[in-house]
Amino acid sequence: MASKRYAAVDQTACVACGACEKACPLGAIKVYNGCFAKAAEDRCVGCGKCEKVCPANSIKLESRGNL
Amino acid sequence: MKGKKKHWYDYLWIWSIVYFALGFFNILFAWLGMIDFLLPLLLAVFGGNKFFCNHLCGRGQLYCKLGGDLKCSRNRATPKWMASKWFRYGFLLFFLTMFGIMVFQTYLVASGAESLREAIKLFWAFRVPWGWTYSGSVFPDWVAQFGFGFYSVMLTSLLLGFIVMIFFKPRTWCAFCPMGTMTQAICKLKNRKGHK
Repeated sequence: MASKRYAAVDQTACVACGACEKACPLGAIKVYNGCFAKAAEDRCVGCGKCEKVCPANSIKLESRGNL
Repeated sequence: MKGKKKHWYDYLWIWSIVYFALGFFNILFAWLGMIDFLLPLLLAVFGGNKFFCNHLCGRGQLYCKLGGDLKCSRNRATPKWMASKWFRYGFLLFFLTMFGIMVFQTYLVASGAESLREAIKLFWAFRVPWGWTYSGSVFPDWVAQFGFGFYSVMLTSLLLGFIVMIFFKPRTWCAFCPMGTMTQAICKLKNRKGHK
């Protein structure tokens, strides 16, 4: 059931603004302790909405390894 | 956002509009902006989070509304340099320096060395008459001087945010917002041992 892609966050570039969190229709991406965002790989469907709104260009859709 | 539960704080973009409208009528309302200035810092220092940026920032919500819902943004990628650490921390330093100058100006008025300037300064350079918003009050002049200075900072940053919102993504301002940079730095310091 898992999608082929998921949202991968470059934690060094993330500004932790939370725009991705708001955009995610599944609540799969969250900002952790005000430091960076991280997507739960098992819940992310790779729709790319977070990538589209990220002002720091720190989110990229990546392929899942063993699918 | 479809299907997501709305919270009271999802409507704080209205507060942002109200704040700037109030400052158009009475400059003393500019002091209310201190909430947006102190609350993110308090939440970062004591809570170790960016709850303000993530949920309470009316300005970020306003950019989302205009740039996203109302499609006033070209939705292009933010230039790499604009989201780089050098630019973010450089802008923070510049912003704090200008803020310090503004506080010093307030001190000069408080000490009587200078008189009240009933004007705001946009983009730290362009003086705009704003005298109709102040005709004396029970407070000393320095209170109004700080209001003019602080409103200048708030309006300048709002306009900068609008400009980058139009050319890039709705929340491009967040990439180099001085408050966001400061609070993230505080959170990183506070949580440096906790992760992984």
